[in-house]
Order: sequence, then structure tokens, then C-alpha cells
Amino acid sequence: MNPANKTHANPFYQALRKKAENKRQDFLNDPVPKIHIGMATCGIAAGALDTKAAFEEALAKHHIDARIHTVGCIGHCYAEPYVIIDHPASGFPPVFYHEVTPGKAGMLTKLFLKEGDPRFEHVLGATVQNEMIPWIMDFPRFNLEKRVVMEKCGRIDPEDIDEYIAEDGYSTLADILQQSPEEIIKEIKDSGLRGRGGAGFPTGQKWELAANASGKEKIVICNADEGDPGAYMDRTLLESNPHQVIEGIIICAFAVGAAKAIVYVRAEYPLAIKIMTRAIQQAKDRGLLGHHILGSSLNLDIDIFQGSGAFVCGEETALIRSIEGFRGMAKFRPPYPAERGLWGNPTVINNVKTLSSVVPVLSNGADEFKKIGTQTSPGTAIFSVVGNVVHPGLVEVPMGTTLRTLIFDICGGIPNKKKFKVVQIGGPSGGCLPETLLDTPIDFDSLTQTGAMMGSGGMVVMDEDTCPVDVARYFLEFTQKESCGKCTFCRIGTFHLRSILERITKGEGQEGDIKKLRQLSEDIKKGSLCGLGKTAPNPVLTSLRYFIDDYEAHIKEKRCPALMCRPLIAYHIDLEKCARGCDACVGCCPVEAVFTTKNRKKAIDQILCVKCGECLVACPPEYDAIVKLSPPELAPIIERPPEPEQKSQ
Amino acid sequence: MELTTEEKSILEEIKTNLATISKERSKLIPILQFVQSKIGYLPQTAIHLVAAHLDISPSEVYGVATFYNQFRFNPPGRNPVKVCMGTACHVKGGDIILENFERKLEIKEGETTPDREFSIESVACVGCCALAPVVIMGETVHGHMQPSKVEGLVLRTRIEKEKQEREKKKNEPSE
Repeated sequence: MNPANKTHANPFYQALRKKAENKRQDFLNDPVPKIHIGMATCGIAAGALDTKAAFEEALAKHHIDARIHTVGCIGHCYAEPYVIIDHPASGFPPVFYHEVTPGKAGMLTKLFLKEGDPRFEHVLGATVQNEMIPWIMDFPRFNLEKRVVMEKCGRIDPEDIDEYIAEDGYSTLADILQQSPEEIIKEIKDSGLRGRGGAGFPTGQKWELAANASGKEKIVICNADEGDPGAYMDRTLLESNPHQVIEGIIICAFAVGAAKAIVYVRAEYPLAIKIMTRAIQQAKDRGLLGHHILGSSLNLDIDIFQGSGAFVCGEETALIRSIEGFRGMAKFRPPYPAERGLWGNPTVINNVKTLSSVVPVLSNGADEFKKIGTQTSPGTAIFSVVGNVVHPGLVEVPMGTTLRTLIFDICGGIPNKKKFKVVQIGGPSGGCLPETLLDTPIDFDSLTQTGAMMGSGGMVVMDEDTCPVDVARYFLEFTQKESCGKCTFCRIGTFHLRSILERITKGEGQEGDIKKLRQLSEDIKKGSLCGLGKTAPNPVLTSLRYFIDDYEAHIKEKRCPALMCRPLIAYHIDLEKCARGCDACVGCCPVEAVFTTKNRKKAIDQILCVKCGECLVACPPEYDAIVKLSPPELAPIIERPPEPEQKSQ
Repeated sequence: MELTTEEKSILEEIKTNLATISKERSKLIPILQFVQSKIGYLPQTAIHLVAAHLDISPSEVYGVATFYNQFRFNPPGRNPVKVCMGTACHVKGGDIILENFERKLEIKEGETTPDREFSIESVACVGCCALAPVVIMGETVHGHMQPSKVEGLVLRTRIEKEKQEREKKKNEPSE
């Protein structure tokens, strides 16, 4: 669709839009200060509810009239709980504050809202360009991002449909209803949009398959079973902008001719379920769901199905089995779900991000969409960058951005002057990449070449204190637990991979283990039906490819170079550095393994020590007496003197 | 484990609720979720009840229920402790936190203390990786956990409970 042809001529939509815009105008025209608080799960976990309560209390105490506006998540997790205060009467632009504790909330209410002092020391930036406060868009964390799918996240109240409509929401739906389904599918195909769930299957092709399949009732499923540890962008999209997902679902249903849609959300995301349920109800009330949507002949109902926590259910055939009420076990394909899926009906299964992407693709046109990203992977990618980075959070960047830009420029690099070691991309199905590959552009094909994969977009950055062998063991433990058990290679093969890795991290590795790992990994890949088994050995294969030295140190020298594998390390107190009379390590030890030596210095009882590392944190930096050693035999054994209490009695 | 009288009455309630739900196979997981939301876990009696309602064998119901991580078969504690075992939490020492809880409460992961006060579960990623390592106790999310914070958390919960009981006794007129 050419954006110039957009008319939104639909009378039903125009009425909704007018009402929503009036409501927005009323809000904007209200001269009182406005406090925007991010209230998605991550914000609440960081204490946003307490912050909101503190603002309410302080406003009442100082008799200030202000409006608190709850919004979704903007993706800047390091800044949570964040608050934007728009206080036009003060003469300052809207100010972005980070890590607003209840105490800060009370202080800002008094000093900024009442007395007009924005407290520069707590400001992150201003949300508009001005001469007094740095504009947030001047920071790399903001300006290197390209927000297409997450554009409205953190700006609108997810629980109010009118805010979405006032921001041009549902206009794409109103426009496409005047076109034929074939035109829409062609537009999606032209845009080159690829499924954002991990495998990168072309979305237009999937829709076309389903549209051409014969079957009375067609079904659209929105896959929000985000089981990948370390990824939470689907949750954020559902919690921060549910209506964009709904709009995408309606467009998909129109294109393929479906009258029923199901949103499959993990039960572990209670807030996402609550917000989505409410959003569906609001859309129904406005005639955007149900019968004769916006006066057209389109009918659609959306139900929510709560996934019960099985990683394999992210795979489409397993997901279908679980909706049907069975164990979520993968099935042989073909027939593909697009031809014969849920209850034997043609079923389109798209990820939350894919369905959210559909809206900007159609509203801006395929050509505009193709300008972003690379030739084979157009558009943007959303990553949740977590782990050892300065500014963790959700980042939306154009495809083709290098890993280095993402980790070092946007997310601020590695904290505490540590060195970068591994970046794990794509969760349990992905791989571990070393520093030498940091200039790899992020797109479906380049990442697959390195042995990792795009996956759902989880990205965990690890510093030099991380052991790649242990990371591989961790992921195998996860996939082994989550294997559905249908294919023998996946069920038993992952168990053996895990046992070998466990042995290596315990220092019981044997000559020939590396060869065994390689062989077994290849066999599992070949002998498994679904994506889980086919990709499960990826963490092992990539870490073997890029970090073979670490494996050899574990097997041959019984040593963990990163000092992470607990059976292979020991904590020891350097008696030269330890200060007499300091009890920091004694107090923090959870198992009372630290004792006082004869000359009133401290030592660690190696038998009692559980190697939690608390003493290392507690030891004051000016002494810095705690040392980590590997192999553990390096730690000298110091005998515990007899208990002084027994003497006095 | 024996059912308490309270649990028995909830089961009766569930029985009447079940009659209003259709007997389609695809309702199995939603029904199990409903039962668990009411009673906190899936006792054997409930499994038989659901099986009878859908007219399938109890082993079939059990097979589906054990497949999914959400369902549990022993009663949760009043303060369920959920330790996140996601990637980011693992890298920052989630397993050490779990071990500390196990040691402190003298139960293993998946178990409940005999007084039904605490239970420990490990969960795969609660989706706030930037706060790793994360523990959810009751409804509260505790970010940036440390092994030495474990004892304090447990102690605080116990003290608060004692305080509540004392106040309850104070408010109740002595009989």
C-alpha cells in the first residue's frame, strides 16, 4: 500500500479516532504536571508500585494537583523504575529520571513539582531537544536504536485502547479492509518480512499457504510461549502495546480468511495475560473484534490459552498438541500447520513480534520497510541484552548492526573493567560467540553461519569470569529437562551430553571426551524431529569451536580458567593482606566456614566452604585479601584453632 | 499427604464448578490450571475428579499434568520461594542462592517444609534478567540477591508471621 493513499475513510474508524483524539487532547491540554511511570513486570519488580504509591502520598501531602499516567516498558531495564515528569509550568522540558525509589519520588514531588527545581543530579535526560538538559536522543543507548515495532512501547497506557487509537492505532486495519486479502499477502511477501520466532520463515509465504489451503475454519495463533531463558521481548510487547499485537492478528486473520484466533501465552506471565484479556475486551466493545469488524464482512474472535510451561511448546506442532489437550510433543512435518494444524484446520502460527511487525510494514509500505536492515533480512530485530553489560534491557536495532555496536556502543560494554569473553545468542538453541566474531552483522543468515542462531532474540553477555564449558552444561541441563521424549536421540543423547559436560566441570573429564561430545552432537542433530533437538547441541558445538582451550584446561589440568566451575576452585585468604580485627568475611559467610587464626587473622575451612563467593564481595577493597584459586589444591590448608568459648568454661 | 478439611471443601466446590465446563478434551489443561489456582496443587483426588469429568483415564491426565512445568503435586508452602534459573541468573550465581535456601530451610527443591510455611521451586526465567539473580518470595520479587540475604529473608518472614499471630491473639478476647 502506498502510504499516500491512506485515507482511513472507514466511517466506523473515523468515529473511534475522533473520540480518542478528543480524549488525548483533553489530557494534553490539562495544565497540571504529569508523571509517567513505567509499570510493566520489570518495572514492578524494580519497585514501580512503591514509587507510584510514594508519588500519590507526596502529592496529597503537599496538596499538588498532578496526574499519574501509567505506561508500559520502554526497554531500558537498567533505569527501572523510571519516571518522566512533565511539568510545563516550571519552564523545563519533560524530564526522564532513572531508578526512582520511593524516597526520590517524595523528594522530586516536593522540590520539582512544588518548588520548580528539577534536581539535575538525578536526571537522565530530557525527552525533547532543549537548551537546559541534555536530550536523551543524544545518548547512544537511544539514538543508535531504530524503533519500528516498539515505537509506542513506554509511551502509551497499555490498558487504554484510546491512547493507541489516538496514536494512529488500528488505522492500518481500517485501510486494509478496503483491499483484497491477496493484495495484503503480496505486500507482506514483497516486504520480505521473516518470522521473528527464530527460524526466520518468510511470513508472506506462510500466509499464502494457509490462504490457499482448503478447510472450513481457519485459525490464527499468536505464539507468545516465550520459554527461552533470558528473553522477554514478547512479554514486553504484550504488556506495553497489546493492541498492536491484536491489530496484527486481525490483519492476519483477514488475509488468510480466519474467523478464530488464539493467543498462546505462558502462564508465568500473569500481567501479560491480564493486560491482553482487557485489551481484547476493549477491542470487542469498540467493534474491532467480533462480528462485522469496522462494518466490514470480517468476523473474528480472539481467545487466550495459557501455556503451562514447556519449552518445546514454542515449536508449532507441539504448541498445537498442547492446545488440543495432550502432552506437547512435536509431530512430523509435512503436513505443515498452515495446511493441517489445530483440530485438522489450516493454522497460521506467528510470533508476537512478527504480528506486531505486520502493522508498521503495511502502514509504511513494503518499500519503506525494506530500506531498513539487510537484503535478506529486512526490518529491525529486538534483542534482550542482559548479563554483564552496563545498560541491559530491550534494544531494537536494524538488522545488519554488528554485535560490537550492540554490546559496546548501545549497551555500554562490560562493567567493572572486566574483559568481554562470550556472548550467548538465541538461548538454548543458540551458540556462544567469542570476541573475534563481534563484527558479525546481526541477521538470520550471518548468525547461522557462525553456528549460533537468531532464535527469539535473547542475548546474554558474559565477561572473563564466565566459563564457556559451564554455560554449555547449563543449556544442556535445560534442553535435557525440556526434551519432550519423542525422539530417542534427543531424549537419551542430550542426557549423555549433559553427563559428559557435568563430569568435565567437576574435574573428572577423560581423554576422548571432546571427540565424544562432537560425535554425539552431530547424531542428535540428525536424529531429531523438531527444532529443539536439532538445535540443542548448538551451545556445545559452538563452545567447542571457539573455546577449545577452556575444555582442555578442564580435562587435562583439572583447572577452570575462568574460576567459575565450583568443584574446581577454592577460596583462600591471603594472610599478608588480611587485616587484624576486620570481621567482614566472618559475618557474611552462610556456613560459618571463616574462622580466626592464632594471630587474629582470618582463614577459610575448605571442608565447610560452599564456594558462594560472599566473602570476596564482603572483603573491603583496601584489603582485597580473598583469592580465588584453581585447581583447588593450590589453597594452603590452615588448621582451625580450638574454640575460645570452650576454654573460658 | 493427607488432605486438610479446607482442601476437602475446596474439592467439593471444584466438583460443582466442573459440571458447568464442557467435556471436550481441549479443556483438560485449562481445567487443571483452574484446579491448581483454587487448591495450589493437584492432589490425587483432583486428578481422578478431572479424569472422570472428561471420561479419560487418570493416567492420561497424570501424563499430561507431569509433562508441563506449571503443575505441582505436593502442596506449596504459604511462602513459596521461587529461585530463577534463567541464563542471566545462572551466570550471576542463581544456583548458589538456591543452595542457600535449601540449606537454610532444610528441604530440597520441589519440597515443602513440614509446617507448610515454605516451599522451594526453581523456575526458568521470570523475565527480569536485568535484576539477576532474582528470587520471588510470595508475591514479591527480590532482585540482585546475595547468599547472605537469604537468611534475612527467611527470618523476616518468620518474625512477621509471629508478630501477626501475637496481634491476632491480642485482638481476640480471651475465652
